Amino acid sequence: MILSLALEQLLNGLQLGVMLFLMAAGLTLIFGVMGLINLAHGSLYMVGAFACAVVAAATGSFWLGLAASLVCAAAAGAIVEFLVIRRLYDRDHLDQVLATFALILIFSEGARWLFGSFPLYLDIPPLLSGAVPLPGIEAYPLYRLAIIGVGALVAFGLYLLISKTRLGMRIRAGESDREMIAALGVDIRTLYTVVFALGSALAGLAGALVGALQSVQVGMGEPVLILAFVVIVIGGIGSIKGALVGALIVGLTDTLGRFLLPSLLGLILPASTAGTVGASLAAMLIYIVMALVLAFRPRGLFPAKA
Amino acid sequence: MALSRENIINLVLALLLLVVPVAASQMGQPFTVTLATRIAVLALAATGLNIALGLGGLVSFGHAVFFGIGGYAAGILASHVFSGEPMMFGFEGSNQMPVIWIFAVIACGLAGLAIGAISLRTSGVYFIMITLAFAQMIYYFAISWPAYGGEDGLSILVRNQFPGINTMLPLSFFLLCYGVLIACIGLFALLRGSRFGAALQAARQNEVRVAAVGISPYGIRLAAFVVSAMMTGLAGALYADLNKFVSPSMLSWHMSGELIVLIILGGTGRLFGPVAGAMLYVIFEFALGGLTERWQFFLGLILLGVVLFARGGLIGLLAGKARHD
Repeated sequence: MILSLALEQLLNGLQLGVMLFLMAAGLTLIFGVMGLINLAHGSLYMVGAFACAVVAAATGSFWLGLAASLVCAAAAGAIVEFLVIRRLYDRDHLDQVLATFALILIFSEGARWLFGSFPLYLDIPPLLSGAVPLPGIEAYPLYRLAIIGVGALVAFGLYLLISKTRLGMRIRAGESDREMIAALGVDIRTLYTVVFALGSALAGLAGALVGALQSVQVGMGEPVLILAFVVIVIGGIGSIKGALVGALIVGLTDTLGRFLLPSLLGLILPASTAGTVGASLAAMLIYIVMALVLAFRPRGLFPAKA
Repeated sequence: MALSRENIINLVLALLLLVVPVAASQMGQPFTVTLATRIAVLALAATGLNIALGLGGLVSFGHAVFFGIGGYAAGILASHVFSGEPMMFGFEGSNQMPVIWIFAVIACGLAGLAIGAISLRTSGVYFIMITLAFAQMIYYFAISWPAYGGEDGLSILVRNQFPGINTMLPLSFFLLCYGVLIACIGLFALLRGSRFGAALQAARQNEVRVAAVGISPYGIRLAAFVVSAMMTGLAGALYADLNKFVSPSMLSWHMSGELIVLIILGGTGRLFGPVAGAMLYVIFEFALGGLTERWQFFLGLILLGVVLFARGGLIGLLAGKARHD
């Protein structure tokens, strides 16, 4: 019984990690290629979730909604890149932080304007509803398993894209020397827009997938954004591999910490104190892990070549 | 001090912030006095951040931590006086502002030392994200720790007292905050003009050269970060007393963002930048907030415009470029 609960929490942690990877991959890609810190990435996550919820409600099909979330988030990303972000590449990080902070205010209030303050709900598609038995677990929600599968597919797809295709070659070249690749005749501005749209689409996908587990509401992107920051700081900013490892570390630490800490502390403290201290510690755990990683590896676990 | 254009503007801002609430109080408009107090307290918090951000170039995206710790110092000490339950070591709390301020400043100094010591090992984007992450850590701690209200926050039932001043009167409380603000702006000017300030600004401009003349940038920056944290913490204690309420939202990353926004609206590294920024911000909030519920949408647009097109902020617009940039 305990073992089955632990396995279930392990899978939940994996699922959270996979979601965080979708967010962190876009962030780290954008930072790696353009040197830009994008706080508005959480807003694109929100855009994806809202697009999915609205289209799914209108057409009755989750899958159309999912497609809409990819398209809308990518389009929103491309538009924002074209109008605002491209003026920020040569600026210092302070300007980037402020401008993207301003974008968050605009996106959040804009969404509240369009959709109101009440959360929207998104149903799990019938194909993926229900639960399946797994070795050691009586029943685990199929949808969460599917999310883990999607994350694994995206990770593999990104690996193929970056290491095997021409676009990926250009992305890697842009990371190591953007003047040189521009001098070689690659249209660097279009490349930047494409990378930004790609990162945005991943964020939108994450938003849509999570939207069916939680409610879709304004401000949903911000906690995820900050977790994604922790992920890429642990993994090393600019490294996709780091983002994957960091996301799994954060997802598992957070989920298992909330599950295990209160009971572990219960061994040395009275039950009531252990509950509160455990819950408080668990809420801080990933930040403590981050501080530890940084104390020993200030540039993260997989530092990208700067 | 020569009367340069910037100094004249500073003087005008300082007088404006003093005269308007005094006049409003005479005309029986306490709400204006409260707005002015809000401006003074936010300007104080941003002046603290301006030491790290403006002088040191340390983009701390987690200064809400110190703002919130200062606020909780006021709330927690006062709540123990009210409930009569002693704190640790039999200390029974306090509702005297000087005592609260000392606690707030020491607590923020220690927190700043711990956070700064780790965060300053990194730089650039890492520094931004790490300060943000530490702030979130304390934020989630405040939410999940039930002893002092947790997510609901903590009310200060009666505003804390200052010897010889009736803090319940809006104008008296404003003058107290204004006095603290001017004293801290003076401290900022002293720091900026000192050898320490010169080294700090030099470390922002060229770290390698500073190291080459035998000054360790790390120590200088850490000291600046700690002083900066203390000043922002003092502002937090005043802010809690202003609202008679402290909640985790004082620790939230939106607050950290707002503090940076105040500095940028006014002009980075300028002596009165935070004052100008806080004035603009509170007036925007009040004027736009009266017109539309969605004022943050327009604040976002304005902010975007300032970042993209008006980089010196209000003071830069009025007084021209800073001498050293």
